Amino acid sequence: MSTQATTEQKPAPPPIEKIKIKVDGRDIEVPKAMPDWQGKLQPTTMLQACQIAGIDVPHYCYHPKLPIAGNCRMCLVEFGTPAMGPDRKPVLNPDGTSKILRSVLPYEPSTPRGAIACATPISPGMEIYPNSPATKVMREAVLESLLINHPLDCPICDQAGECKLQEYSVDYGKAGSRFIEPKVHKPKAVDLGPRIVLDDERCILCTRCIRFTKDVVGDDKLGVVNRGSYNSIAAYPGTTFDNNYTLNTVDICPVGALTSKDFRFKMRVWFLKETKSLCTSCGTGCNTIVGSREEVMYRYEPRENDAVNSTWMCDSGRLNYKWVNREDRLSKVQGSKLKVQSQEKAWSVAIRDISEILRKAAAGSVAFVASARQTNEELYLLKKLATKSNAITDSVPRIGEGDRLLLNADRNPNSTGSRLIGISGEKMGSNLSKIAEGIRSGSIKTLIVFGEDVTKHGIGADLLAKLENLIVSDILPNATTAAAHYLLPGCAHVEKRGSFVNVKGRVQRFMQALQPKGNARAEWEFLHELVFNVTGQNGYVTIEGLFNQMSKEVPAFNGVSWAGLGDAGVTIQI
Amino acid sequence: MPEQYRLILKNIDQSGYTPDIECYLRHGGYEPLKKAFALTSKDLPEGKKQTPQEQIRQEVLNSGLRGRGGAGFSAGMKWSFVDRKSGKPIYLICNADESEPGTFKDRQIIHKDPHQLIEGMIISCFANDVKLAYIYIRGEFPQGAKILIKALAEARAKNFLGKNILGSGYDLEIYIHRGAGAYICGEETGLIESLEGKRAYPRIKPPYFPAILGLYMSPTIVNNVETLCHVKHIIEITGGAYAKLGTPNNTGTRIVSLSGQVKKPGYYEIEVGKVTIGELINHPNFGGGLLDGRTLKAVIPGGSSAKIFKAGEKFKLKKKSADGTMTEVETDMLDLPYDFDSLQAAGSMSGSSAIIVMDDSVDIVEALANLSEFYAHESCGQCTPCREGSLWMSKALHRMTHGHGRKQDADYLLNIAQNIQGRTICAFGEACSWPVLSFIKKFKDEFETKGAADEARQSSAGPTSDMKIAASPNH
Ligand SMILES: Cc1cc2nc3c(=O)[nH]c(=O)nc-3n(C[C@H](O)[C@H](O)[C@H](O)COP(=O)(O)O)c2cc1C
Ligand code: SF4
Ligand code: SF4
Ligand code: SF4
Ligand code: FES
Repeated sequence: MSTQATTEQKPAPPPIEKIKIKVDGRDIEVPKAMPDWQGKLQPTTMLQACQIAGIDVPHYCYHPKLPIAGNCRMCLVEFGTPAMGPDRKPVLNPDGTSKILRSVLPYEPSTPRGAIACATPISPGMEIYPNSPATKVMREAVLESLLINHPLDCPICDQAGECKLQEYSVDYGKAGSRFIEPKVHKPKAVDLGPRIVLDDERCILCTRCIRFTKDVVGDDKLGVVNRGSYNSIAAYPGTTFDNNYTLNTVDICPVGALTSKDFRFKMRVWFLKETKSLCTSCGTGCNTIVGSREEVMYRYEPRENDAVNSTWMCDSGRLNYKWVNREDRLSKVQGSKLKVQSQEKAWSVAIRDISEILRKAAAGSVAFVASARQTNEELYLLKKLATKSNAITDSVPRIGEGDRLLLNADRNPNSTGSRLIGISGEKMGSNLSKIAEGIRSGSIKTLIVFGEDVTKHGIGADLLAKLENLIVSDILPNATTAAAHYLLPGCAHVEKRGSFVNVKGRVQRFMQALQPKGNARAEWEFLHELVFNVTGQNGYVTIEGLFNQMSKEVPAFNGVSWAGLGDAGVTIQI
Repeated sequence: MPEQYRLILKNIDQSGYTPDIECYLRHGGYEPLKKAFALTSKDLPEGKKQTPQEQIRQEVLNSGLRGRGGAGFSAGMKWSFVDRKSGKPIYLICNADESEPGTFKDRQIIHKDPHQLIEGMIISCFANDVKLAYIYIRGEFPQGAKILIKALAEARAKNFLGKNILGSGYDLEIYIHRGAGAYICGEETGLIESLEGKRAYPRIKPPYFPAILGLYMSPTIVNNVETLCHVKHIIEITGGAYAKLGTPNNTGTRIVSLSGQVKKPGYYEIEVGKVTIGELINHPNFGGGLLDGRTLKAVIPGGSSAKIFKAGEKFKLKKKSADGTMTEVETDMLDLPYDFDSLQAAGSMSGSSAIIVMDDSVDIVEALANLSEFYAHESCGQCTPCREGSLWMSKALHRMTHGHGRKQDADYLLNIAQNIQGRTICAFGEACSWPVLSFIKKFKDEFETKGAADEARQSSAGPTSDMKIAASPNH
C-alpha cells in the first residue's frame, strides 16, 4: 500500500496576485482574493486585510464561516482611496506619494464616511484607518446603540466572561448612559427548542444564529419577527427549534441571548479548564474543547478544524458526555478469579495473572473483541498480543443514520483505525459469529473484551460461562463486565491521551482533561505492560513513543509522528 | 406664467377617460410600442451595428431622464450598468410601493391610466432583453392592484404581453406582487428580498448591486412607476425632443404632490425646473397660496425624508452667466426652481417630488415627533444605528411633546441623528435622520425653548416630581 501523509491543512492554492495597501499607516501587501465562508475565493475584505496586518476590527455579525450580513455596523472603519486625475492616473502629492482622498459623506463632505470592513473589498492603494478618531466615534456610537435597550444584567447572565458586548464595552463603552427613555422590553427565557433558551432582550440581532441555521444546516426555522427596535428572534410559529445542530448557535451568539439548557447556570465560564479533545460519538471526529473544573466535565464546545468540522458539531455528539461523570463508573480492579483484596496490589496481581494466561495460551485458543471506540495506540498494543497468540480479533460495528452535514452513519470514532491496525477486517463484526462458534465448540478458551458488552453482539452469557478466561476492560458496568474473571477499569477518552482515525482518514489526537476514576488506568499504560510481559517487546512508555513506534510498523501510518499531528491532525490514505 | 405641463397626466382626469384598454388605444396607446418593435438594426460609423434594443437604450440616455422614485439617478445610466453577459435572465421591477409620506403621484397613474405604465414597462423590458417583469405594489393599494391585474389581462388578450408580442418574436410576462404594508419595501433591495418571499431586509452594497446581483441573484432593473411611464413618451417623441423639456440636466416633466396648509393641495405636473417652489405653493395654477391669514413657516420639498426649508431661508446658488463664468446668486427658498440639482445645492432634495407646506400654526416639535414616529415604526431593524436610533429619537421627541423636554434635548437629538446618517445598510438611515437634523438645525430655538419651559415647570413643581414619561410611541 502506498502511504503518503499530508500534513497541510488546506490544499496549496494557486498563487494569488497581491495588492499594496496601507493599514494604520503601515504598508502591507495582501492577496487580492481570499477564501470566503465556503472556502471560495472572493475579493479580500478590509477586515481580512486588517487581520493580516495584525489588527482586530471589532465585529459582531461577521463570522468567518457564515455568509456576510453587514448588519451590526460595529466594523465600520474610516478609509481613503487614491485620488484619480481625469487621465485615470493617480494624482500625486508634491513629495511623489499618491494623494489619498478620505472617504466622506457625499451630501456632507465635512463628515467622514465609514465602510463596513467585513464586506468592503480592498483596492490597490487603499488606506484603512482602523484606529482613527473618526473610526472610534463610529464604533462608540454603534456600541451605545446596542446598549441602550440592553438589560445590562451581566451578573445573572450566563454569557458573562465570554461576551463580546462586555469585551467591546471595555474598549469603546462609556461608564454612564445618556439614554433616559424607557427601554424596549422583549420576551425573556423563551423556550426556543428542546436544548435552547432565548433571552430576546439580550439579543443584538446580529442574525448569526439565523444564518447558521439557514445557510449551514439548511433549516429555515429561525427568523426575525416584528419591526425596528422591537425585532425579536423567534422560531417559526407553531414549531420548535430542534434540528441536531442547534447548540452551535449558542457558541456563535456573541452575547447571552442564546443559552444551552444543558450548560446554563451550571458553571461560570472563567472557572473552566479547556482541553483539546475530540467527539467520540461518530466517525467524523469533530474537534472539541472539553470544559472541566475540579475533575468534573461540564461541556463540549466545537474546536475549529477546516479539514473536519469547520467550527461546528452536532447536538447529539455534544451532549453525549454525561457518562463521563456517572456515579457507577468502574474504578476498581475486580473479577471472580482475582485473588487479592487490596486495590493497591490488584493491578500488579491482575497483570501478572493475565500475562501468565496469555503466555501459556495455545495458538488459536484466544479471541479479542476490541472496541472501535478505543485509540489507535490501544488497538495497536492489543494487536501485538493477538498476533503473539495467533488470536482471532474483531470490533463491534455501530451504525446509525448519517446526515449531509457532519453526523456519520458510523457511530464508532475509530473504525478506520481498527481496520488499519488489523483488529477488524473490511467488514467490521464479521468475525464475531466465528468467535461465538469457537467458544461454543471449545476451541476458544480465553476471551479478551475491551469496551464492549459482547452479550449484546451474539456472545451471550451462556457462552461467556463456558470460557476458561474472560478478561474484560471497560469503564461502565454491563453484563460482560459482570461475568469477567478479570475486570480492568479503563479511562474515558477525556481521562487519557490517544488518537483516532476518522472515516476520511484524518488521524487526530486528543489530550487529557481529567484524572482517571479511582484505581482506573489508561488502557495503553497497562497494555504496554502486558505486551512487555507476553512478547518481551518494550519501548512504549510514553504515548508519543508508542504512536511513533506504531507509525513505523503499521504501513498506513508511515511517516506520521505524534508531534506532527498537531492540533488539527493529518490525513492519511485509507 | 407658470403652468402645468401634462405629459404623463395628459389624459388622466379628462372627462370620459377610463382605465380600460379600448380607451387607451383610442388615445393613441401602444403606438410607441409598435414604433419600438418596428426599429431595425442601425449602421454605426465604424461599421458596427446598433440593435433596436441598443437604440432605445441610447434614446433613454439621450433624454436625460432621471429616476422619479427618490434618488434622481439617470435611468439610461442605470440600464447601462446591467450585467448583460452573466447568462442569467435580466429582470425588471416596477417600484409601485409609493410610501414616502406626502407622495401620491404614482397612484394616479396606476388607478387612472394603468396602460401607460404597462406600455412603458413593455418598451423598457424589450430594450433590456427582459422576459419577466414584476410590478411591486404596496399592500395599501388593493384597488390599484385590481386595476393593474385587469389591465394586464387586457394587454395579454391583445398580445401586447405573452409570447411573440405583435409578431415581433419577443416574449414578455408581467406579474403583480402585492406588498404587506411596509415602507422599507420601497427601498429597491428590500423590495427584491420581499419579492423573493423574504423579510424586506435591504441588502448590503457591495456586493448586491441590483444591476448585477438583484432578484434571484440575477441582473435586475428597478424603476419607479413614473420613470417607466416617461420611457414611453421618450420613444414617442425621441430622446432629443424629450431632453428639450425641463431644464439642462433636469429634463422632462415631473408630477409634484403638493400637500399641507395650502388652498389647493393636489398633484401637478410641471416641466422640471421651470416652476419655483414659491409658484407651486402660491400660484393660482398650483397651490393657490396659504390658508387665509396664515404665514409660511416651513416647507419639506421632496417627501418627508427631505431636509426641511425654513421660510425666508436664503441659499447661494451657482449660476452660469451669459459669458460662461460662474457666479453665486443669493436665492430665497421660495425662488428655488423645482428641480433635482437646485434643491440638492440648497442642501435638500426633490426626492419623491412631494412638497409638504407648513404654516405658522404648526408646532415644529410636534411635526417632527410625528415624522419620527413614522420612521421608528418603519425601520426594518436590520442594522444597529437605524434600528436603535430611529426609536430613540422618536421616544425623545415623544417625551418632549408630553411635557418632559429638556433644554439639552436639541443637541441630544442632533447627536443621535448624526450617529445614524451614512452608517446604515440602506438610505433609510438618512430618511430617518435628515428630518431630525434639519428640523433642529433650523428651528433650534423652538426646541430649546420648549425644553427649557418644561424644565422650569418641573423644577418649580418641587423635588418630588420625578420624570414621569408618558407611554412612549409604539409601546
Ligand atoms: C427607505 C426608502 C424607501 C423608498 N421608497 C420608494 C418608493 O416607495 N417608491 C419608489 O419608487 N422608490 C422608492 N425608493 C427608491 C428606490 O430604492 C429606488 O431608488 C427607485 O425605485 C429607483 O427607481 P428610479 O430610478 O426610477 O427612481 C425608496 C428608497 C429608500 C431608501
Ligand atoms: S440570538 Fe444571538 S446570534 Fe442570534 S441574532 Fe441574537 S445576538 Fe445574534
Ligand atoms: S458529527 Fe459525529 S463527531 Fe461530530 S459532534 Fe456529531 S457525533 Fe460527534
Ligand atoms: S437603515 Fe434602517 S431600514 Fe435600512 S437596513 Fe438598516 S435598519 Fe433597515
Ligand atoms: S461585522 Fe457586523 S457589519 Fe461588519
